[in-house]
Amino acid sequence: MAKKDGGIAFNLISHQKLEHLSSSDKLKYILNEVKEGRILVLEHGLTPTEQTKLIEHTMKEINHDTFIGIEIGGYENEKVGFFQRVFGVAKKPRMTVIGPAHLLKMVHKDNDMIETTIIPGKGAS
Amino acid sequence: MGILEKFRESKFSKMIKKVFGKSHAKIGIYGPPNVGKTTLANRILRDWTGDIMGSVSEVPHETRRAKWKNNIRINNGGSSLTMDLVDTPGIATKIDFKEFMNMYGMNKDDSRLRAKEATEGVIEAIRWLDDIDGVVLVMDATQDPFTQVNVTIIGNLEARNLPILIAANKIDAENASPATLKSAFPQHPVIPISALTGYNTENLYTMMIKEFGKKRHKKRR
Repeated sequence: MAKKDGGIAFNLISHQKLEHLSSSDKLKYILNEVKEGRILVLEHGLTPTEQTKLIEHTMKEINHDTFIGIEIGGYENEKVGFFQRVFGVAKKPRMTVIGPAHLLKMVHKDNDMIETTIIPGKGAS
Repeated sequence: MGILEKFRESKFSKMIKKVFGKSHAKIGIYGPPNVGKTTLANRILRDWTGDIMGSVSEVPHETRRAKWKNNIRINNGGSSLTMDLVDTPGIATKIDFKEFMNMYGMNKDDSRLRAKEATEGVIEAIRWLDDIDGVVLVMDATQDPFTQVNVTIIGNLEARNLPILIAANKIDAENASPATLKSAFPQHPVIPISALTGYNTENLYTMMIKEFGKKRHKKRR
């Protein structure tokens, strides 16, 4: 777990940092960071297909003593208009928070707010 | 055999279905753990074949391998749908064996085994997405619907252009709020049901025939 000075690392990741990576490299990067105990806030999140892949990779990485999985919350993809759809513009993923499930807990999520908490005893207190 | 039945079985009828819609579809029952997927699969099978799909339990991840039954024919008046029904393991982003011990009193070895099998089940459920024609996404009408698992499954199915029916299950429970689900996912049909009591499943069958019988071009991922 990546605690710095007794705290928990929150990394805010710009979309430029991930946009040049392939989906596979992006997921590898995210999962490695989360397994290290870091909580990531992605400026642009993942596509539904990438999210599904992330869940699949997470299941393969679960080690019941050290890594129990991830907590993830993001806003729905940005809607695109009719003409954008005609010209093949895909829905854009929006801000997403991803962290290790032993540290991060999703409290509530709706269209306008994602409420999370750090699990007590894991560096919050 | 009546004239109507003879027509339904005729080559001409099959040709019409081939052109205008599907008469046979592979339907997946998806959702997070413990929302009642297997209870619904059992309900559908009991109603149309007299069979059952699998065991149910209050302990999450009871279904850890996908199960399926082929050639289930459901009818509604003059319309019907023949489907292969796949009951998938619950999709989750985390699986902690300690939850089985602390919340359900299971011993350590059984809990670890269940957790390991559950991770494999999630992978299997995701892989089945490549092979299905439509999804009944089961949600617990007593719970907050805005979970990332629900959003991810819906987004994935939309990207594949697969038809989705949302079954707002457990409406027999006192605190159920199917209206919350309807407002959360207005772009898809939401059918409030109780898989346990069978309440409103007739309406679900009608919608299944309507939505899953349509001809669509699914996108491969």
